[in-house]
Amino acid sequence: MMTDANNMLDAKNAHELNKNSGLKAIGSWALEYIVTIIFVLFVLLGFAVSKDVSLNYFFSELNSRVFRNAFLVLSLIIPVLAGLGLNFGIVIGAMSGQTAVAIARYYGLGGVSALLLCSVMSFFFAGLCGYFTGKLYNKTRGQEMIASLIVGYFANGIYQFLFLFVVGVIIKVPATHPMIKPDGIGIRMTVDLMPVNKGGLKYALDNVYKIPFMHALLILALAILLVLAIRYWQNIRRGHAHKNRPMTFAFNILMCLVIAGISAHAIITKSSLMMIPKVPVVTGLLIIGLCFFTEWIMKTKLGQDFRSVGQSQHIAEVSGINVDRTRIIATMISTILASWGQLIYLQNMGTLNTYNAHTQIGLFSVAALLVGGASTSRASIKNALFGTILFNAMFIMSPEIGKSLFGQPALGEYFRTFMVYGVIGLALGLYVWKANKKNKIVIE
Amino acid sequence: MSDSTVKADLSYHLKSALSGVGIPTIIIALFWVLTLFGGHFVGISIQSLLSDTLKRAGMNAVLVLAMVPAIQSGTGPNFALPIGIECGLFAMVCSIEMGLMGVPWLLCSAALCIPLAVISGYAYGKLLNAVKGSEMTIATYTGFSVTALLALAWLTLPFTNPKMGWMMGTGLRETIQLDAVGAAQILNNFMMFSIGGVDVPTGLFLVFGVLALLVWLFFRSKMGIAISAGGINPKFALAAGLNIDRNRIWANVLSTVLGALGIIIYSQSFGYAQLYTAPLLMAFPAVAAILVGGASASRANVSNVVIGVFLLQGLFTTSLPVTNELFRGTDLSEIMRMVVQNGIILYALTQVKRGG
Amino acid sequence: MSETLLCFKNVSKSYYGNTVLSDICFEVSAGEIHALIGENGAGKSTLMNILFGMSVIHSTGGYEGDVIIDGKKTFIKTPFEALDAGVGMVHQEFMLIPGFTITENIKLNREITTPNIASRVLGKRLETLDMVKMDADARKALDTLSMDIEEFTLVEGLPVGHKQFIEIAREIDKTGIKILVFDEPTAVLTESEAQNLLAAMRRLAQTGIGILFISHRLDEIIDVADRVTVLRDGQLVKTMNTKDTDVVEIAQLMIGREVTITPVQTDAKKISDEVMLSVKDLHVGMPGEMVRGIDLEVRRGEIVGIGGLAGQGKLGIANGIMGTYPSTGEVVFNGNPLALNDPRATLASGIAFVSEDRKGVGLLLNESIELNIAFTAMQVNGHFLSSLAGWNLRNDREIRENAERMIKDLDIRCSSSLQSTGSLSGGNQQKVCVARALTQKPQFLFVSEPTRGIDIGAKKLILDLLLRLSEEYGMTIVMTSSELAELRSICNRIVIICDGRVEGILPPDASDAEFGLMMSGSRGLTKNADLEPVH
Repeated sequence: MMTDANNMLDAKNAHELNKNSGLKAIGSWALEYIVTIIFVLFVLLGFAVSKDVSLNYFFSELNSRVFRNAFLVLSLIIPVLAGLGLNFGIVIGAMSGQTAVAIARYYGLGGVSALLLCSVMSFFFAGLCGYFTGKLYNKTRGQEMIASLIVGYFANGIYQFLFLFVVGVIIKVPATHPMIKPDGIGIRMTVDLMPVNKGGLKYALDNVYKIPFMHALLILALAILLVLAIRYWQNIRRGHAHKNRPMTFAFNILMCLVIAGISAHAIITKSSLMMIPKVPVVTGLLIIGLCFFTEWIMKTKLGQDFRSVGQSQHIAEVSGINVDRTRIIATMISTILASWGQLIYLQNMGTLNTYNAHTQIGLFSVAALLVGGASTSRASIKNALFGTILFNAMFIMSPEIGKSLFGQPALGEYFRTFMVYGVIGLALGLYVWKANKKNKIVIE
Repeated sequence: MSDSTVKADLSYHLKSALSGVGIPTIIIALFWVLTLFGGHFVGISIQSLLSDTLKRAGMNAVLVLAMVPAIQSGTGPNFALPIGIECGLFAMVCSIEMGLMGVPWLLCSAALCIPLAVISGYAYGKLLNAVKGSEMTIATYTGFSVTALLALAWLTLPFTNPKMGWMMGTGLRETIQLDAVGAAQILNNFMMFSIGGVDVPTGLFLVFGVLALLVWLFFRSKMGIAISAGGINPKFALAAGLNIDRNRIWANVLSTVLGALGIIIYSQSFGYAQLYTAPLLMAFPAVAAILVGGASASRANVSNVVIGVFLLQGLFTTSLPVTNELFRGTDLSEIMRMVVQNGIILYALTQVKRGG
Repeated sequence: MSETLLCFKNVSKSYYGNTVLSDICFEVSAGEIHALIGENGAGKSTLMNILFGMSVIHSTGGYEGDVIIDGKKTFIKTPFEALDAGVGMVHQEFMLIPGFTITENIKLNREITTPNIASRVLGKRLETLDMVKMDADARKALDTLSMDIEEFTLVEGLPVGHKQFIEIAREIDKTGIKILVFDEPTAVLTESEAQNLLAAMRRLAQTGIGILFISHRLDEIIDVADRVTVLRDGQLVKTMNTKDTDVVEIAQLMIGREVTITPVQTDAKKISDEVMLSVKDLHVGMPGEMVRGIDLEVRRGEIVGIGGLAGQGKLGIANGIMGTYPSTGEVVFNGNPLALNDPRATLASGIAFVSEDRKGVGLLLNESIELNIAFTAMQVNGHFLSSLAGWNLRNDREIRENAERMIKDLDIRCSSSLQSTGSLSGGNQQKVCVARALTQKPQFLFVSEPTRGIDIGAKKLILDLLLRLSEEYGMTIVMTSSELAELRSICNRIVIICDGRVEGILPPDASDAEFGLMMSGSRGLTKNADLEPVH
């Protein structure tokens, strides 16, 4: 009798507990992804209020922006996993990339081969810079994020010193060169990179091979379907069935099928969606390649060390991992990847905004990653890709909202600056707040 | 105070002041002297360079002073200085809107910015208490966000005074000429005199002097001492029955108020009120200045402000004409500003002990 | 017994001429569980630092004598060399990464990898992890400990007992482990978890591993160990077979001192019957010194000592009442209820506190002696202030006069009252802390670890000072200390704390065995041996 009553009581308690924890779970989930939710709502609002944004316009804008920026956002993942936080210092990588492009442009090199040369040059520039940045982060432990922001400003000074003073005053250059300022000192504000078919770098990568957007979408959807299925099967084969989540799996499969269906439908019926510009296959492959590289490196000993150091520097140190070195390697990888990301960005833009192109890269990429649901200590490829899409969607919609709600596109511009800063501030603030709350002492 | 204690005090403070001179201070001082001599050789009069230095130092000094309470309270340099700045700008804009001119405009701006700054400083202090350990990073982005938010406000708020609006359309201008309200250099010119060819903006220094004295006195008061103790050693402060969180809030209120007053003083000397993105990066030169003056990210006093602002602004002001003369067509002084300013901050960050 | 795995031979160590270990000799055999017991400061941790080659040993001039592992004389310079030599340690605080699975934690920095193309070019660090093999190894280690938890579970959120076992699994997974040190492994466990652990230790010993078991729980030692070695003040007192001894003897050996400080009780002092401070059901959340429900009464004029081993909660009591750590419970002072978690109210009611953490909590190290002394009285009682147009400014003259009086009264050795406290010696720093407490003019004083890190001469001065305060000014004092001798020399009665609760109250002249049993929480073992609950 007694035990029965007790059991009933327990069951009742458990039930109530579940109900409460269910509500709590939703609350904490919303708090976890508050930034993402805000952005989704914002983009939806944009669609609701603005009349002259066609799906076509939206997708073609989004398309080119995502291909331009995804690589840069992906370069932020490794430092996050290695416990360095959000590496605003990728602007240094971007500057390295720009330096390489400027050199190639100065000697009039063009085409894919020149881009390859640029990537080799920026590998060394960025590697070196990344090494010193990493050293700095090791000296500013616990304050890496503010240090990374300020080291970006600092490096910008040195970059300008190189481009505005050294070029011209120390290294003599002909004033007649199209990228040198008329007085023979320093590089111009904007440098035309020349189209690839005229021996330049513009679209050097993008134009190698292009296919229609809808075709790409179809292929991508099917490819993801395949990868998901293989992974599911491999988990079962290796006895890791516990890693499979049937519900998520089913949902993902369904999404892939829907997208594939829509694309196939558009291709067959030649609907207006086929008007979206073609996508650059090589750039796309590079982005996918980086995704696989990130996945792969996290499965190596080095990647495991990144994670160990990221979770607890103290325990990693005690276990014999060289924490400082590991953190430097993570910073170097991130900086090099960012420099390549900037190459992709520049060849797509077609002009080098010598003194502006890199300044916002750190902020925008970090904001994109956070929008994708990442935090200071947790980031995934999914976060990066989804974040890039969502963030750029906001970027497209913001002026539209300004225009249709207030009749002022400029308002939208300021609003999106506010969103960038606000998102970073909010995400970082919430993270620290939650961490502090967790560390509260309990009375036994 | 008896004679002997005064002497002991003096020698003691002198000793601590001398031992406190850090590497950044010496380097910047050397650079400044170097540029002054450089200027002499390329034919720029030292008098005009010094006049400019006094003016620039005076107009930045209160913004640098705003760093003292924040640093002393343990929240680190106030990277969210734009919050205070925006309060000051808002007060100035409102005073113009009211149609005030000259001295009444200045007084009204100052009177109006204080309640605004108290309220926003309070909210900001609350925020900082929630994010202990990462104050500097969060402060930076809070400052950025507020700047962007106010940019929206400048564009949408229904101000009508034609002195501030665009020729057409709504919204405020990016830079508002204070000449138009008869307030440009109003403090600088008050009792200004010339000594050996060097102009001394007396009014500017008087205002800074009074504010600096008040801050100095504040840190000799019961609350100021409590704030400092909480900043150096929170555990000690807790054991002594202090409310650290509340003290941190008040310190940041004070810092925000000084930031608001600071921008008014800055703007009248500059002759323009700069809206929109102008305040975005204004915290950094102020932070750099107090660090040059020998402060660290956790300790600062009024003398750090005075030394730092004169050295750093002196270097920046003199280097501009000198480098322009030496290397025509380059922007070396701007480059140097970036490297020096951010280099100093980075150096200070490497000296921060890891928060527990 | 079988072959000797670990042997300490005439091991001595001194820090800056201060001998902390002298001539230690004992051995651990294969398959043996050898217990090591001693009070705080008896030399256990120094011995372990030597065994694991911690840098603190080598940076202070190494040690004398030999450590012989498996018959070979070994000189271990780093913890990693200790691992190579086959010595493992199960840490008291867990070295586990919460976000990792059990496998990942067991294999931390010892991951099994397979080469790939990139690693052949760029080095071993790019080799791929072989999770299948790692899981299998982890499984094996867990099976040895009869743990049926899945090896791919995240460590985060597991009960403490499981974490302890994962630590052990990691040690036994290391190849060639011969000796395993357990440092107070049961301190954080519940009773049933502790029983499981002891059973696991026995199983491990049966596989031929030698176990060095550091514990203060006498019942566990008797229960599980084959031999026990007692350390006291850096000396080895005795090594015995556990079957030839009992808890009383061990406790006596652990506490007993050749030289005891003679109690300096005077008859002149009068202790009234009036209860000045009464504490009911006090809980304090002080990490590492948790208080779990304490009742205590202090009468006016008394000096009450609070003793106990480190980590048992004795330090939490004063900190809880003073509000430096969160607490719950009921405290009545002078007949009025005292608000908890409000340091200001507690200080204002006339209670002062000299903290155990002199440098961390007790002082502003960069500030002057005079400000340190005046600080609390200024902030809490509003002394040393002068008013200027409504502002309360510090009154330098009063501050200095007070400081100079205290410097004279307490004989603080300094060049001037403006000297920063960071530049003072430990004893003088402690006097500054006491001076600040006295400046508050309290009726009641909490003093924690007043002689920690102070040389012998200064120790006596501090204790004399406390006694003088009690006798001349009738101050009521609660002194918390790890040094039992010190408590016995000046206290009227001594409260022993164990596991966050009051274990008992003893007069200062109670026997060594009584103190020892109480401090190790084993008092019940002798009296209630035949009162086992019947199912």
